[in-house]
Amino acid sequence: MTEKKFMAGNEAIAEAAVSAGCRYYFAYPITPQNEIGEYMSRRMPQVGGTFLQAESEVAAIYMVFGAAGAGARTMTSSSSPGISLMQEGISYIAAAELPCVLVNMMRGGPGLGGIAPSQSDYFQATKGGGHGDYHMLVLAPSTGQEAANLTMLAFDLADKYRNPVMILGDGNIGQMMEPIEFKQPPEGFIHAKKEWAITGGSSGHRKLIKSLYLDPVTLEKRNLAIGVKLREVVKNEVRFESYMTEDADVVIAAYGTVARIAKTAIKILRENGMKVGLLRPISLYPFPYEAFARVAEHAKGFLVVEMSMGQMLEDVRLALCCERQVSFYSRVGGIVPNYEEIVAEVEKVAAEVT
Amino acid sequence: METVYERPRTLKLASTHYCPGCGHGIVHRLIAEVIDELGIRERTVAVAPVGCAVLLYDYFDLDSYEAAHGRAPAIATGCKRVHPELIVFTYQGDGDLAAIGTAEAVHAAARGEKITTIFINNANYGMTAGQMAPTTLIGQKTTTTPEGRMAERAGYPIRVCEMLATLEGVAYASRVSVSSPKNVIQAKRAIKRAFETQIRGLGYSIVEVLSQCPTNWHMTPVESVKWVDEKLAAYYPLGEFKSLTEG
Repeated sequence: MTEKKFMAGNEAIAEAAVSAGCRYYFAYPITPQNEIGEYMSRRMPQVGGTFLQAESEVAAIYMVFGAAGAGARTMTSSSSPGISLMQEGISYIAAAELPCVLVNMMRGGPGLGGIAPSQSDYFQATKGGGHGDYHMLVLAPSTGQEAANLTMLAFDLADKYRNPVMILGDGNIGQMMEPIEFKQPPEGFIHAKKEWAITGGSSGHRKLIKSLYLDPVTLEKRNLAIGVKLREVVKNEVRFESYMTEDADVVIAAYGTVARIAKTAIKILRENGMKVGLLRPISLYPFPYEAFARVAEHAKGFLVVEMSMGQMLEDVRLALCCERQVSFYSRVGGIVPNYEEIVAEVEKVAAEVT
Repeated sequence: METVYERPRTLKLASTHYCPGCGHGIVHRLIAEVIDELGIRERTVAVAPVGCAVLLYDYFDLDSYEAAHGRAPAIATGCKRVHPELIVFTYQGDGDLAAIGTAEAVHAAARGEKITTIFINNANYGMTAGQMAPTTLIGQKTTTTPEGRMAERAGYPIRVCEMLATLEGVAYASRVSVSSPKNVIQAKRAIKRAFETQIRGLGYSIVEVLSQCPTNWHMTPVESVKWVDEKLAAYYPLGEFKSLTEG
């Protein structure tokens, strides 16, 4: 299928989920991602699926828990305050090792914040969010097409690792309309047999979806097993884009919407003869630490640009082990930095390091 | 020799952790007998609560979920929507259903989810050793109402069945107790009706069971069943509040 459809990122994500075999969608309305739920309310009945508008994000994430435990491909979507409400359920889902996909179209916070684009849930998404030792896999698209592609991938990764996977976007990614091509999902995990799932008639090998282990020795084993699984994730699932970094003196580190703007800035800077590149993490967990270390072998300075007060900044610093100068530029509260601001910041960094 | 009493097939051969005189064991047995009699063991799914019955799956030979506190109806909803052919029930205490999980319970009922809830009302938080529950009676002493529950400080106890029976999605709502052989027989009848309601796809069904908690009530088992009859059943009248026969 090569036909392109002109649609918003939010709708692209919803249609991609349908293509990936998701037939159970549970969510509570919140701006700026309502197009996902509205699309699903039309689309799910057409494909024999279920759209259920939950009474809260708390209920929605546990409906996902129930459907995932029953062996289905299932998804919820929300934006920052709603994702905060889901944190308890995400912890339980990770503990019970249930596959599911979550979409967070980030808006400005903290608190009720605003509805304009933001990247201030990076810590929450990549470092835990809920209680206990676990990680979600976190994928950060920077275009509508990539949002669709990563959503399909997310369902496979969730099934492969029996772990929640988050698509981390923002209002920009969700609302912007672009031509989207829906590729057929690759043959793979879509028909994966889920021997552990509750499907009825399992006499002799009872299915139990749980997270309580009162004996510390048993719980330690559970924690270690999840740790082993996540090490596999770190080994296999790092994704990033390296853009014009080969000869770059200054490398911009940015993801999602900001990375896209950074490319425009790089074009202008290159026209002016400056050697600037972009390292764009696509998987925020696992984070491409090694890619940064490799680029640092020749790059002299790094500029992290984020729509947060400096969250991914910590991972970039960790990746570079303080061996390179790491500068930081951000706009917050729902303000998106423009390319001119980024050009000016890169020029400052370049003046310091070259 | 004729067998007149045996373990229901749906119960595992296991000793429970419940206190002497507790009502949970009786209710477990009644549910198991009903599942056996309806022949639905291979298509029944239990959703365990957080509370005294958190280890429910250790006693029932059923596929099971263990829910977060109060979220059992949402998990049951997710499971039932994926597998409408399965019989899904939640087993919830008064804190789980009527405090932290009120929204999930009310909305599952309002949607008419075709699930069954067995609601154990023993007027206190048993597992955490006897704090006030949303169903604690006015004047009742608990570890967090040391002078007895006062309405001006802690509000009024909730009559869950009466409240849920007002919702269109609810097909069956009944309150029973397990304080005497007669009441146990009636309780089993109600539990069976609730499961039959789900099998027939009529809507949400709930059986509230007034259950004795001798340990946290600081009573003997004999005193506690008397307290159920005289005090609890006085505020929470037994009976059917809703019983649809067709959808």
